[in-house]
Amino acid sequence: MVVAPVVGGKETALRALLASMNSAPGIADPRNAVVPFGAFEGLHFARLVVLDDALQVDMKLYGVEPARLPTVLVFIGDCDGAADDALADLAQRAGPGLARIFSHCEGFAEGADVLAWMRARDRRAAASFVNWVGRSVRQVREESALQRALSARVPREALATPADAQRVRSELVEHVAGEVLAGRLALTPPEPTPLGWQLRKLAHLIAVPLLSLAALPFVIVLAPFLVWQLRALETNDPEICPRPRQADLAALYELEDRDTTNQYTALGAVKPGLFRRWLLTALLAFTEYACRHVYTRGFLARVQTIHFAHWFFFDDKTRVVFVSNYDGSHQGYMDDFINKVGWGLNVLFSNGVGWPRTRWLVFGGSRIEQSFKYFQRRHQVPTQVWYKAYPGLALVEMKRNHRIREGLERSTMSDADALAWLRLL
Amino acid sequence: MSSALAVDFDDIQGLVRFGYKHHTEASFLLLRVTDRDAARRWLSTVPVSTAVTTDPLPEFAIQVALSAAGMRALGVDDAVVDAFADEFVVGMGDDANRARRLGDVGANDPSRWQWGAGNRVPHLAVLLYAIPGRLAVLQQAIESQCQGGFERMACLATSDLDGIEPFGFTDGISQPLLDWERKRVARDAERTEYSNLCCLGEVLLGYPNEYGGYTDRPLLDRGAAGALLPNAEDAPDRADLGRNGSYLVLRQLRQDVRGFWQFIDGRAGGDAARREQLASAMVGRKRDGTPLIVPAIEQIEGGGDPKDLNAFTYRSDRDGLRCPLGAHIRRSNPRNADLPAGPSGFVSWAKRTLGFDADALAHDLVASTRFHRLLRRGREYGPGVTIEQALGSASNGNDPGLHFICLGANIARQFEFVQNAWAMGVHFDGVANESDPLLGTRAAGVDGAATDGFSLPRADGPDERIAELPQFVTVVGGAYFFLPGVRALRWLAGAQRGSLP
Repeated sequence: MVVAPVVGGKETALRALLASMNSAPGIADPRNAVVPFGAFEGLHFARLVVLDDALQVDMKLYGVEPARLPTVLVFIGDCDGAADDALADLAQRAGPGLARIFSHCEGFAEGADVLAWMRARDRRAAASFVNWVGRSVRQVREESALQRALSARVPREALATPADAQRVRSELVEHVAGEVLAGRLALTPPEPTPLGWQLRKLAHLIAVPLLSLAALPFVIVLAPFLVWQLRALETNDPEICPRPRQADLAALYELEDRDTTNQYTALGAVKPGLFRRWLLTALLAFTEYACRHVYTRGFLARVQTIHFAHWFFFDDKTRVVFVSNYDGSHQGYMDDFINKVGWGLNVLFSNGVGWPRTRWLVFGGSRIEQSFKYFQRRHQVPTQVWYKAYPGLALVEMKRNHRIREGLERSTMSDADALAWLRLL
Repeated sequence: MSSALAVDFDDIQGLVRFGYKHHTEASFLLLRVTDRDAARRWLSTVPVSTAVTTDPLPEFAIQVALSAAGMRALGVDDAVVDAFADEFVVGMGDDANRARRLGDVGANDPSRWQWGAGNRVPHLAVLLYAIPGRLAVLQQAIESQCQGGFERMACLATSDLDGIEPFGFTDGISQPLLDWERKRVARDAERTEYSNLCCLGEVLLGYPNEYGGYTDRPLLDRGAAGALLPNAEDAPDRADLGRNGSYLVLRQLRQDVRGFWQFIDGRAGGDAARREQLASAMVGRKRDGTPLIVPAIEQIEGGGDPKDLNAFTYRSDRDGLRCPLGAHIRRSNPRNADLPAGPSGFVSWAKRTLGFDADALAHDLVASTRFHRLLRRGREYGPGVTIEQALGSASNGNDPGLHFICLGANIARQFEFVQNAWAMGVHFDGVANESDPLLGTRAAGVDGAATDGFSLPRADGPDERIAELPQFVTVVGGAYFFLPGVRALRWLAGAQRGSLP
């Protein structure tokens, strides 16, 4: 995430420039003249968002004088491979366009080195969820084309004997081979995972439990105090969940339901005090651990509709930005959240100013439907520019397409497996 | 004032409790206020029928619902109107974002509607029901009473097709059973079984809903609101304008019965049995209402007698082999619980909750049904068309259809969700790019992918797929109304300057 304050007085011009990149409200034109996102093969999603400090006023209810925070521009992308390489590629091939955008930000002098400028303002996410770690844009597209080809080809009739499934599958495998040879389909083998990435992941896998183990005695000793502290705060922290204004809602609706997938960007302040700060830091570290080592294959607990999600700390951990890309409507997304992972939302977001009242960190909170729905809409920020590399595709399809490809590439299969594979088509 | 638990049937309009099935004649007047004072006078005395049971049956039933524009036309303060749900305040037909969400695009576009958009948004819906032979008298009386205060924008006539919707299928079988006795403790708890019993607060404002919470509504300052309105259960010092009221969604759906049967007949190659089979697969029931899932095998809370064709879930047919995943009734009411089924015990529960049960996860694509129930009160209109007639003639421009009506306390979570995610959703329960076989608009996806297919899964081969379904149902009008409690109706008619604290 690249973050930079917007120069006072340039916000309107910046918003106009961002809007000019879109083909529909909020939807980036992949070939827009400023940053032609579609030209970057490894880019899954990207967004440009202007964040202001409109809700800082809530801090008053927590006895804290609201800080005057600058309006900032945020640029977030989800890409294959190393983030820094992708940033370099962007700077190289879309440098002038990026410079046009960032010229509205503080510290960007004319003729500045765009890459160096972005690197200096790049922040790591505190936690990231990736629906399917390692699935590249190319793979998504190729597997989608494969599914379409097979789906159109497969004879849609009942099979007389179980062995017929093998025969039909063999014919399809052969057909695909021919299409690949003819250049009409491509099934690029996955790139090997870089050794460095694997080593870092392994180190993380081991280091976090070790550190936790080291901290455990302290946590145990302090547990009664920590629990008391949590309950005291949960009982007293003010809820701030007024109904969002109609005009603000309309600005959000305007950007939604133009694709199977929608974007969500929300901004909120962390509750004041060291307890919440440390608690959230620890919980986000734990979330990052779970997302990196456990939830890497299509689901985050019960939720299977999130492509990418990130939590960023901001302004010395006084604020958090949450961004996600999800399938379906906003209403469905929120209902999924409440009904499937309400506990998970509470664990993290109840450390945010104004969250509906929780009990024991997991109960209540987001399950207080009306308050939660107001809260999350009120904290949502319109995403000015949003790019998705595979319009129309939903995760449920991408998962099925991947299973189709796996089945295609297996050398042998039982009759039953061959039948199950045909039924995917 | 009333105790927290008692339900005042005499303050609830009858439609919430009854379908008025013995009142086989009905017409819906859509009115606009022309003279505020006269309109108010009429509304403060109109004898609306309540949810109290009477014996013998009354000859007539009158129900009155108001749109947000209607409330404003009556002089209700903006602040009061704006305290109703956002969907109601903005309305159905004048919001392109909503239209996109609901599938009101293309042929369904509100700009083409007969009513419900622009200056054709009704202020009032007056629903008239009568026992056979008596509607004309009632309607004449009401229309003459309304002449001074209103202009008639439209009169939606209905026809009695004997419980069969125009395509020929028995309709109205699945309904949630409202918990009128308030047996279910109103609290937030996971429910691992599908239940047909539904908290009052899912339909009526002012009562706890399935989350154990109260849906937002105008709660007025007691002093300014006067003594007429009931107290809010959750804020006893406030007057509850919403209590005993429900949002009423009305949509006029034109059904191309000839197109429907001719298309299916073509796909069936003229074979009558095959035709019935395909049509049943698209609906999820046979024409007589028998579900494709064999009922009478499950005991469902609030499910009633197994013979009522409603006592089943899809748990035994998770792959849609008997009832296709995309069938109309499966989309409209997936009958699932909060958590996919699994063995009892904490370990299994935790695995399913954390996503570590791959099998459960594979069948966890549909949101929990109990938060998305619709209490349907629609009526058919137009001439009944038999299959033989449908197959043998071209449309004469007089297509029948359905005046779809549903009641609910939360338009966004109920009607709009069901319409958007379930009916129009092209990935509902993992189906591949297809929308509701009856309701779908067949609009191509953003990537140009066709959505005009319908898949029939089978155990012994790839899905059978019917392609190039035309659009069978067209929206030709629609609006959101509020069906107030009787006291709230009188209060709105008085249009006191209620102030929100």
